[in-house]
Amino acid sequence: MWVYEKKLQYPVRVNGPNPWLAKMILTQYGEPDGELAASLKYLTQRYTMPLSQAKALLTDIGTEELAHMEIIAALVYNLIKDASLEEIKRAGLDGYFTDHDRALYFVNASGAPWTAAYIQSKGDPITDLYENMAAEEKARSTYEYLIQLSDDPDVTDTLKFLREREIVHFQRFGEALKLTYDYLERKKYFY
Amino acid sequence: MALEFTCLDLNLYLDTHPEDYRALSDFNQCAQQLAQAKKEYESLYGPLLNYGQSPSPNAWRWVEDPWPWETIF
Repeated sequence: MWVYEKKLQYPVRVNGPNPWLAKMILTQYGEPDGELAASLKYLTQRYTMPLSQAKALLTDIGTEELAHMEIIAALVYNLIKDASLEEIKRAGLDGYFTDHDRALYFVNASGAPWTAAYIQSKGDPITDLYENMAAEEKARSTYEYLIQLSDDPDVTDTLKFLREREIVHFQRFGEALKLTYDYLERKKYFY
Repeated sequence: MALEFTCLDLNLYLDTHPEDYRALSDFNQCAQQLAQAKKEYESLYGPLLNYGQSPSPNAWRWVEDPWPWETIF
């Protein structure tokens, strides 16, 4: 069961239309290590986690990723909603506009659509937790590239918040990995 | 927003450190303040949560704009 909260996790401000930046940020909506992929992966991996702490963590981070997906969507929406067709063309978003107008759609910065093949749910808790730690680091790298590219300081502020969250999630998954190792080793002893 | 973030981050920390009672006490203190702040927010701007998690006295304000992505900060 999920309940929606009618607010953003972190404020979104933009300094006017910027479809070029929107195109770049959209990647965190639809790339393999974007927010949708992260959320669905964590929520799906819960069912084969042996340790209750890891089940809780995947539930809570998987839910926070949905809030991040909403932040990304709010950024993109606000960056393109008042953009003129001329600006959209200049930003190279004309192909996207042809298919989706100014709607949100799950694609990466190069326009490739999201697919379930991007994510993994392997059943082995150690494998899955390592996968998640790698995904958090990959998402952190992408946020750093976006921060380097961004020409809107208000957008950069929101991107910095999201980047920090990747670091915290990486840390928590690392702790869950250690707890899971300890648990699996303990289980080997029978009396 | 700040209170909610504090609670969320403490929540994730407690997931992997459930026996840290100092963090637990911080979390409970934060949760209490958050509940109070949400009550005040909702009395001004309408319900934050759907499905009956927030009351809606007098009028069905859930349908009111702005939605989170339309808010101008």
